[in-house]
This record gives sequence, structure tokens and C-alpha cells, in this order.
Amino acid sequence: MRNVFAIAQIVILEMYRRKEFYVLFILTIMICLIMGSINIFNDKEVIRYIKELCLLMIWASSLIIAITTTARQIPAEREQRTLLPLLAKPLSRTQLIFGKFLGCWIVTGLALFCFYVLFGVLAATREHQWPIFNYFQAALLHWVALGVVVALSLLGSLVFAAPSSNSTICFAICAAIMCLGRYLDQFALNFHEPMRSLVYGIYFAIPHLEIPFEMRNLIIHDWPLISWNFVGLGCLYLLLYMVFFLLAACLVFRRKAVN
Amino acid sequence: MSVILKTEKLRVEFKSRELGQTTKVALNQLDLEVSTGEVFGFLGPNGAGKTTTMNVLLGFVQPTSGTASLFGIDVRQPIARQRIGYLPEMTYYYKFLTAEELLRFYAKIFGLPGAEANKRIDETLKLVELDSARKRLIKTYSKGMQQRVGLAQALINNPDLLILDEPTSGLDPLGRMKVRDIIQRLKNEGKTVFFSSHELGEVETVCDRVAIIANGNLKAIGRVQEIKGSEETLEKAFLNIIGFQN
Repeated sequence: MRNVFAIAQIVILEMYRRKEFYVLFILTIMICLIMGSINIFNDKEVIRYIKELCLLMIWASSLIIAITTTARQIPAEREQRTLLPLLAKPLSRTQLIFGKFLGCWIVTGLALFCFYVLFGVLAATREHQWPIFNYFQAALLHWVALGVVVALSLLGSLVFAAPSSNSTICFAICAAIMCLGRYLDQFALNFHEPMRSLVYGIYFAIPHLEIPFEMRNLIIHDWPLISWNFVGLGCLYLLLYMVFFLLAACLVFRRKAVN
Repeated sequence: MSVILKTEKLRVEFKSRELGQTTKVALNQLDLEVSTGEVFGFLGPNGAGKTTTMNVLLGFVQPTSGTASLFGIDVRQPIARQRIGYLPEMTYYYKFLTAEELLRFYAKIFGLPGAEANKRIDETLKLVELDSARKRLIKTYSKGMQQRVGLAQALINNPDLLILDEPTSGLDPLGRMKVRDIIQRLKNEGKTVFFSSHELGEVETVCDRVAIIANGNLKAIGRVQEIKGSEETLEKAFLNIIGFQN
């Protein structure tokens, strides 16, 4: 674990010192601030739409941060040849993968924390209430979902040579799952066999990121809290995918020549 | 003297990019043994298989057949690298870190406790004469300074075996002299050094034994004087051995 934490620490330090990371971060915060300051006829419905747009923006930004941060980790190490002195140390490739994952997941978590706190403060100034547990449930599942995205991007970075192609593919997959994932079982009914089984298979195989994505309704519509057992089950479901993608990444990386 | 680096019938094949060829043999039945306290020069023309051999020893590349071990441990085990230091041919390190941070990071990977890590960081930075620049980001260093950071990271764990891939490549005469001095100092401390180089004069000066490899095959191995035979210089002997005819 010591090696995993050391790698994660370096990833966090890199993000802290890289200027590019702040561009999207500051941009998201500024857009949220501007949108939050708009008050059209003091209409509650309008405020709700603005909340929805802000949360959509936070989701998009957090996905971009998670994917772009992760997709470049291993390719950059290979390209800049920093991988060679690193793997010449008593460090296994599995530890490297887990360290990179942990670092990227923590970075996205910190960005997410800032986004939600800012959004919460902004919303609270308008609505004079802060349903903190609603925020916690939505942010927790959001963060765990981003863990799946980080693990998927890490796997992609070992399969695809260029970080840009990996980022595009990962972003397309995530967007497709969030927009269409829930309808796949209904689509399947329109097909004949074997296409129907194939679409059903995809429906059951993909990580349903739309579940945590829909959790933002807890904040938008001030819905009551959902059962903590369901939150726990949701986290467990996403954690299983996270572990699956990480193990697949380890398997791919295990025998890959790094010269 | 015990053998600490050993390869037995090591063979590495790569997928060939040339038309009509499926595989390219990078190393063929390579047998090497390096004992404690030796400075061992690994010579060969470009593309001979020197870097591939080092890549196998460091676990970067899997051998097609044969075995390689460090300190009697199979090189595929990460623990085999606990007592080694490695300096790659081209030194690139995390540019967003300072030399001190980089060394602390590597010390953590080696599991050095805090106080010992601090002591080793101070010692190695003084040894490579980077003590005054320890708080500067590596991206601000000159090429020579970056090469010395490379040496410092290779020495951070006080290794028993140093693997150096063309350590003086691209350095000015002063930089080359400094690296040579460090190798000499390590030799005096009883460390084992395994290094590849094209600077045959340098090899002649510091090495106890050398191996010459060409096209993946071991052509000669022995003490420098044995390899030189009746030739005036190691360079002439080297050219004869690899089959170069003027």
C-alpha cells in the first residue's frame, strides 16, 4: 500500500502544479456563479432550471476532469520515459495502476467537493436552506461513478496509443450510457433474435452511470432522501465495475513491454 | 565473490516490422555472470542488444526463453530490484518536482524510513553536486544537471548493484569526468556496476571485465587485458571482435 499511496501523492502533486487543470475548474466555478446570480422574476421554476443546468455543468466538467486527467497518466509516463526509472524500483505494475487510479480518483473527488460546496452555498443563498444529506448522497454516488470512469480511462490508456483517442472514446461511452443506458432494454424489444439478446446483454453488462446521474434530482427538486441501504447498494454496484476495470487494466499492463 | 547478476540462455524475440519477417531476434542464448564488487562493461554497436539485455534485467521486457536473475531472484519479481540502482540512457524525470521531492518519492518506493531517507537525500545530492539546486524544479535544470539527478535517484537506496545505460552519453567532457569519478568512487566502496557505453577509453579505465555483444550474440567476455589481447587499444580489439574490417 505504501507504494500505491506514494504514486497517488505524485499524481495529486502533478495536478496541483499543472496549470491546465485549473482552466476547467475555474471556468465551471465562474459559470455556476454567474448562473446562480441570475434571478428572473424570482420564479421558483426558473431557479430550478438554473440548478439543473449548473449540476449538468458540474457533471460534464467532472467527467472531463476525470477522463483527461486519467487518460494521460500512463501514456505521458511512457512518452517522457519517466516510466523506466520508476519501474526499475521495487514497484509492481499492479501497484502503479492502483496508485495512478487512486491519485486521479482523489483529484476528481477534490474538484467535485469544491463544485458541490460552491453550488450548495450558492443555492442556499437563494433558497435559505441547505439539505446537506441530499447533497451528500448525490455527491457520494457522483464520486463513486467517477471512480468507474477513472478506471475505464486507465484501462483505455493501456489499450489505445493516443490519450486523445482514449479520452474521446471514454467520453462517448459515458455520454451514451448516461443518455441511452436506461432505454436499452426497451430498444431490445424492437429487435429479433439474436440482436435482441445482444442488446439485452449490453444492457446488463454496462455500468449504469445514469443512476448516480439521476441523483441530482434530489437537489434540483428537493426530493426526500433515499434509503441509505440503496445508496450503499448503488456504491457497491459501481465499486464492482471499478474493480473489474482495474483488474482488466492490470492484466493488460502485466505483460506489456515498456521499453 | 558471489554472482549477483546472471542470465542463462536468454533469448528475446520481437515482432518484426520488416516485410516477410515475423520475428526479430534481439538476444540469442545470452549467458552472463557478474560478481560482487566488479565493474562490468557491456559493449556492442548500436542495435546489438545491450539495452534489451538491461530491459530484461529490469523487468521491462519479458524474455522469450531463458532466465535472468538479480541477487538470485527472478527479475520478474519486483523485490529483485530492491538492491539495485538504474540510470537510463536518456534521463527524464518528473519536471514538476524538485530534485529533493523526486528523491523523497523514490526513497518512499524503496521503503526507506523518514530519517534515513533524509540522510540519503543529503548524501546523494552532495555526491552529485546538486545540493545547492535541490529546491529548484527539475524542468529548470541543464542537461548535465538532469543526468546528475538521474545518478542521484539511482543511488538513493545505496544500491549494491548499479545498472547504467550509457551514463555519459551526450555529456560534455566535464560531465563525463564527473560520472567517471562517481563510478570509480562506487567501485572503491565495493559496489558492483554493470554499464553499457560506447566510450571505450572510459571502459578501459574503469572496468574490471567486459562483454562484447553483436546482433544479439555474445562475442567475447573476459578481463579487459584478455579482450585486448595483442591489440594496442580496446577500440581496435572491439572492432576486430564485432567483425569490422577497414
